[in-house]
Amino acid sequence: MGLLSFKGGIHPPHSKEYTEDKPVVIAAEPAMVHIPLRQHIGAPASSLVKVGDVVKVGQKIGEAGGFVSVPIHSSVSGIVKAVKNHAILGGSTLTISIENDMENEVHESVQPKGKLDDLSGKEIVEIIKEAGIVGMGGAGFPTHVKLSPPADKKIDVVILNGAECEPYLTNDYRLMLENPSDIIFGLEAVMKVFNLKEGYIGIEDNKPEAIKVMKEAAKGNPGIKIVGLRTKYPQGAEKQLIAAVTGREVPSGGLPMEAGAVVNNVSTAAAIATAINTGMPLIDRICTVTGKGIKEPKNIKIKVGTMISEIVEQCGGYEENIGKLIMGGPMMGIATHTDQFPSTKTTSGILVFTEEEARIPEESQCIKCGKCVETCPSFLQPSYISAYALINNLEMAEKYNALDCIECGTCSFVCPSKRPLLESIRLAKREILAQRRKTK
Amino acid sequence: MEKMLRVSSSPHIRSKDTVSSIMRDVVIALLPATLAGIYFFGINAAIIIALSVGTAVVTEAGIQTLRKKKVTINDWSAVITGLLLAMNLPASAPWWIPVIGAIFAIAIVKQAFGGIGSNFMNPALAARVFLVTSWPIEMTTWVAPGADAVSTATPLGMIKEGSTAQLPSLMDAFIGNVGGSLGETSAVLLILGGLYLLYRGVISYRIPTFYIGTVLVMTFILGGFNIYDSVYSIFVGGLMLGAIYMATDYSSSPITAKGQIVFAVGAGLLTTIIRFYGGYPEGVQFSIILMNIATPIIERYTAPRVFGGAKK
Repeated sequence: MGLLSFKGGIHPPHSKEYTEDKPVVIAAEPAMVHIPLRQHIGAPASSLVKVGDVVKVGQKIGEAGGFVSVPIHSSVSGIVKAVKNHAILGGSTLTISIENDMENEVHESVQPKGKLDDLSGKEIVEIIKEAGIVGMGGAGFPTHVKLSPPADKKIDVVILNGAECEPYLTNDYRLMLENPSDIIFGLEAVMKVFNLKEGYIGIEDNKPEAIKVMKEAAKGNPGIKIVGLRTKYPQGAEKQLIAAVTGREVPSGGLPMEAGAVVNNVSTAAAIATAINTGMPLIDRICTVTGKGIKEPKNIKIKVGTMISEIVEQCGGYEENIGKLIMGGPMMGIATHTDQFPSTKTTSGILVFTEEEARIPEESQCIKCGKCVETCPSFLQPSYISAYALINNLEMAEKYNALDCIECGTCSFVCPSKRPLLESIRLAKREILAQRRKTK
Repeated sequence: MEKMLRVSSSPHIRSKDTVSSIMRDVVIALLPATLAGIYFFGINAAIIIALSVGTAVVTEAGIQTLRKKKVTINDWSAVITGLLLAMNLPASAPWWIPVIGAIFAIAIVKQAFGGIGSNFMNPALAARVFLVTSWPIEMTTWVAPGADAVSTATPLGMIKEGSTAQLPSLMDAFIGNVGGSLGETSAVLLILGGLYLLYRGVISYRIPTFYIGTVLVMTFILGGFNIYDSVYSIFVGGLMLGAIYMATDYSSSPITAKGQIVFAVGAGLLTTIIRFYGGYPEGVQFSIILMNIATPIIERYTAPRVFGGAKK
C-alpha cells in the first residue's frame, strides 16, 4: 500500500532526535503519588477511600462519575494520606495522595481476564471501562465510550493511531518498537468488540523502523494492515487519520463513528492488552521528557500521580536558561507556569524550551498570503475567522465555520506575520458555544 | 524552579517564514529581470529604478511617522512596490514620473487603505494606470534596447497598428531584446524568478499558469488558430511581469484556491479582449486592476468546502 495522507498540513521540524533512540526506562518509585479524580474529558470520579486507608497497586480508589467517566486506580501500595484538592495542570481538583510503602503489593482484584477468544465484545468493553482506560494520545476521552456507539451507528473500520505527528514526542514510537505484540493484541480486542476481521495501524513514514517492527508483529493476523502515512502534521488528528486511511470524511460537527470509524492510540491499545492479559488497570504510561531545556531527555515510564518536578529530576533536571514548560508536544501541548502538579493518564510529554525558544514573536498585520487557508486541514479560512473573532463578531466567525476548527495550530505555525490565529479562533469557539448553551 | 516561565496558547513553535523573508524572496526573484532592464535600456533605467524604489521607501516611512505608526520599511514591501512600478515604466520616462508614481502607489493605494495586506489594488499597477492616464505621451514613448535610445514601438504596439513586418523575432521577445517597459521585456528571466518563488513557496502556480494559459488559448482562438502568434503573445507586453509578480499580489488577489483560478482566468480573458478589441495595445494592467476590484466577490463565492461538509 502506498503512502496515504490528507489535504493541507505542514512540515514542522521533527525534533525527535533527542529521544527517538532512547529505550524506555522505568522511573524510580515515587515516595508519594497524588492521583487526581479528574484526569480527562468527562465527569470526575468519586473517591472510594479515606485518609488512613491502606491501598494496593491496581486497587480501585475512585468510582466513575457517570457513563462518560472512568474509575481511578492506585499506582502504588501504601497509605492514603489525604483526599483533598490538589493542583493539577491548569487548576485544581479532588486528589487522593498516597504514601508509597515501596512494597508494590498488587491488589487481589488484579487477575488475568482470560483468552480473547473466550471474551465477548461486551465483556471486553467492560474490562476496558473497569481498567480506567482513556485515550492516551490527547484529550483522554474514555475509551469504553468510543467502543459503545449507539445501535444505529455501524462501525466497519478500526484504526490505531501510530502517526505521532507531534514534534519531539517519541513515546508512541518507542512503544511500537519495544512492545508491538501488546499493540496488536489491543487492536485485536477492539476488532473483536465490533466483530471485525480487519484493522489498521497508521504510522508516519518518518518512522520506518516502527513500520517494520509492527509489520513483523502483525504477521500472524492477515486482517491487520500497517499503513504507511506521509509525514505531515496533523497526520495523527483523528479525522485526518480516518480520511487518510479510508478516504472518508467525518461529517462536519460529527464524531468519527458517523464515518463508521473508531480510532484509538497505539498506547491505548497496549493498555487494553495489559488490562486483559494481566488485569492491571491503567496506572502508568510512557512519557517523553525532552527539549533543549532538559539535561537528559528520556522516554520514561511513569506512574500516574508522580509529580512533574520529580520526573524532570530523574531526567537530569532543567538546564540553566529555561523559558517554557509544556505538557505534551509543541503544536497542541499546554504551557504551564509550574511543575508542582502530578502526572495523569494523558501525560504523553514534558517539553522544556529555553528562554530563546520560548520567546513569542512579534505579530504584524496580516498580509493575506493565504498560507493558513492553504494548509488548514479542516479547509477553513483561519485569517478571516481570526479577524472576525478579534472584533468580537461571533456571528461571522461562526459563518466561517469556526466550530470546525480542530485546534491543531497549523495556521499559527505557518503565519509569516506571526498572528495569534488559533488563539483568537479558540476564543471565538468558546464564546460561540457559551452563547449556544445560554440560548438553549 | 524559581524561574519565571512563559505561558501562552499553543502552538509553541512557529515557522521560519516572516513577512520580510517572503518579500525579500520577491526582490531576489525580480533581480535578474531588473538587471536585464538596465543592460538593455542603459543608465536611465537604473536611475528610474533608484528613484522609484527610493521614493516608495521614503513615502512609506514618512506616512507611518506622520501617523505615529511603527515604520515597517524593513519588511521590503515598499521596495517591491517601487521596483515593480519602475519595471512598468518606459526607460525614457522623465525623472518625475517614477517619483509621482511611487508617491501615489504608497500614499494613496497602499497606506490610505491601511498599509500592507489592506490595499485592494496592486499599488504599483494602480500607479501605472494613474500615470498612463495622466501623462500618456511620457508613458508611451518607448525606446529600443541599446545605448542610443532610438524611439520605437512595442511589439504589441506594432501588432495593434498592423505593422507586423518590423516585429522582433520570437527569440528576441523571449530574452527581452525588444521595446517596452524597462522590466517587462525579458520573459525568460521573469519566468526564472517565478520558478524561484514557486520553489520557495511564496506564490502558488495557480494565478500565473491559469492567467498565461488563458491568454495563450484565447489568442489562439481569436487570432485565427495561429500557434506561433499565440506563443508570441505570451512573451511580449507586460504579461509575464503581470501574471507572475503583480496578479499574485497577496492582498489584492483571492485567498482561496478556486478564487485564484477564477481571478486568473478572468484577467486572461480581459487581457486578450483588450489586446484584440481595445483602444490600448496592452491590457495586462487594466485586467489585473479590474480583477483586483472583483476579488472580494470572487472570494465570497469560492470559499472552500469545510472538511466533512457537503460536497458541492
